Amino acid sequence: MAPGTWSTFLRRGAIWAFIALELAFFSIAGEFLSVSDKAFMNWDNMLLLLKQSAPLGIIAMGMTLIMVNGNIDLSVGAIFALAAVILLDSMTWPFMAAMGDWSFLLAWVFALLAGVALGALNGFLVWKTGVDAFIITLGAMLGFRGLVFMYNGENPTSHLNWTLVDFAEAQFLGLHTATWFLLVVTAGMWWLMNRTVHGRNAYAIGDNREAAVNAGIRVGPHMMINFMIIGFLAALSAVVFYSESGSVNPNDGMLYELWIITAVVLGGTKLTGGSGSIISTLGGVLAIQILRRGLNHIGADTSTVNLVIGLILIAVLFLDRQLNVKGKEALRI
Amino acid sequence: MSEAAQERSARNAGGSSGAKVGTFLAKQGILIAFVLFMVSFALASERFLDPDNILGVIRSSAILGVMALGVTFVVISGNLDLSVGSLMSFSTIVVLDLHDTLGPALAILAMFGMTLAIGAVIGFLVGYLRLNSLIVTLGMLSAIHGLTLTWSGGQNMDIADKAGTWFAVFGQGRALGIPMPILMFALLAAVLGIVLAKTPFGRKVYAVGGNGTAATFSGIRRARTVFTCYLISAFCVATAGLIQASRSMGSQNTVGQGMELEVLAAVILGGASLMGGSGTIFKTVIGVLILGFIQNGLLLIGLQFYVQFVVTWIIIILAVWLDIAAKRGRLLSPIA
Repeated sequence: MAPGTWSTFLRRGAIWAFIALELAFFSIAGEFLSVSDKAFMNWDNMLLLLKQSAPLGIIAMGMTLIMVNGNIDLSVGAIFALAAVILLDSMTWPFMAAMGDWSFLLAWVFALLAGVALGALNGFLVWKTGVDAFIITLGAMLGFRGLVFMYNGENPTSHLNWTLVDFAEAQFLGLHTATWFLLVVTAGMWWLMNRTVHGRNAYAIGDNREAAVNAGIRVGPHMMINFMIIGFLAALSAVVFYSESGSVNPNDGMLYELWIITAVVLGGTKLTGGSGSIISTLGGVLAIQILRRGLNHIGADTSTVNLVIGLILIAVLFLDRQLNVKGKEALRI
Repeated sequence: MSEAAQERSARNAGGSSGAKVGTFLAKQGILIAFVLFMVSFALASERFLDPDNILGVIRSSAILGVMALGVTFVVISGNLDLSVGSLMSFSTIVVLDLHDTLGPALAILAMFGMTLAIGAVIGFLVGYLRLNSLIVTLGMLSAIHGLTLTWSGGQNMDIADKAGTWFAVFGQGRALGIPMPILMFALLAAVLGIVLAKTPFGRKVYAVGGNGTAATFSGIRRARTVFTCYLISAFCVATAGLIQASRSMGSQNTVGQGMELEVLAAVILGGASLMGGSGTIFKTVIGVLILGFIQNGLLLIGLQFYVQFVVTWIIIILAVWLDIAAKRGRLLSPIA
């Protein structure tokens, strides 16, 4: 075995081992503590868990790409909300209403285009101004949220389209529509990251930007495309979620960015860029969702969930550093 | 381009007089923008320059401002603190809850002790264990929120006997005709401004943030400096929590939610670099006041509160962009 393989294996496998541990713990603890007499590893429960992972999971895939690239996007929650407002409101426009129930397909297009446009704006600013993505998207988080409020004031935007609701609640081969979206996005992003030039470039730029520039990679347009992808995914997440619920509050999606970053970091992606994997991010998303549902299952309340997730995040960071740093840092400063 | 090369090119660019004006504009841009805003709002609304209005704006900015003072230290030392909003909720809830059992004085002491202890934990993780501050404080944001909910049992906290206590003095009282929150904000800003600009510790904070390795080789104890910055931040948060609790005499669990990013926006607006090593208390105060006055001005000319989000977005990006543009001597980024 080549040197380093063991620690790589440990890091790759850690999130899945953690998930297995969670499942075992909640199954056993559930026997004694659960308020319901259903087992935790119940089939329906697991299906629901996958479905509920979808909204955050879809965006987390884009966040992985952005973070591997060495950037960060704090505005995804606001893009999510704006896309949702456009999705639901556009179906009430006169020409859309005239088209009947199938107008929702066009509404999806509008919402997704809005997401891509907002992402493009972020990416363009990061490219042209040279300001750190953290600051650009922190500003955008406020600005886009302002746009959501300006669109419809402080009122919720609601529209129910039953064709759409039926579609969103459908189950195909046992899995919910939302789960399928998550799986397709995961597969698509895996392909993008591992089998395309764009994906290779994302790693190269995140690892060493200077070297990537010297190798002739056009860093600016590359980053802009990444922000368009995450904008698209944030909008897609809204499309999946609000097709079913049919009502959005202007405050929806707040702090989503923090949950998503938590999931991505749990999956082992580095904030400094250059390393991370889509499959591990899926693991991170599932781990958080299992934790939330599991703690719920054994009768713990929200406060415990927040506490535990925060502590786990810090513990993961600590363990990860111990695994990475050992032997590499000749000079400890 | 390395930092040094950037500075050199900025200095070269300063050779021509046009560029000099540009550099001056970018360096003092935040002050100029502040004056421009004040003048245009004053022209648009008569009430804007009314002393009562001005005092009111500063008073309501004081809570955000006090937190921004501490975060300035953390940011200059090259780190981030995303947990301040969550920690502020915690200190508000704790002091309100303990007030009825321990009495005001002891409750305040206990609250400061607990908030500082949490700050010390963060400082230990970031300073001594050298974990990434963004993730640590993100984790703490969640964990402290959990603590707050556990403490309060998810209930709102209220002081039972609102009339029979002097606790309201910090949020609602006045001294010399000036509201107490403003006095506390001003006092803390003055003290921390002097600490940052005039003491050896302040110089160390800049050194650690500017170039941590070089600072270590010059014998500065980096871990201890970062640790102290987080303690200062926690102290400021406790003060903000005290003002908040005393002003409303009751609170929800989520009173500080989302403030971490607003605070950061104010600090960045003041020109502190997220890379560390630059920023001043004075400019942070200007950043806080700009946010406060924009909010107030937009309301006075009849716009909804959320318009300020969009305006803040534009201002933050413009401010940081111009700052960077002046340093590199050209407007657009050289990235291909």
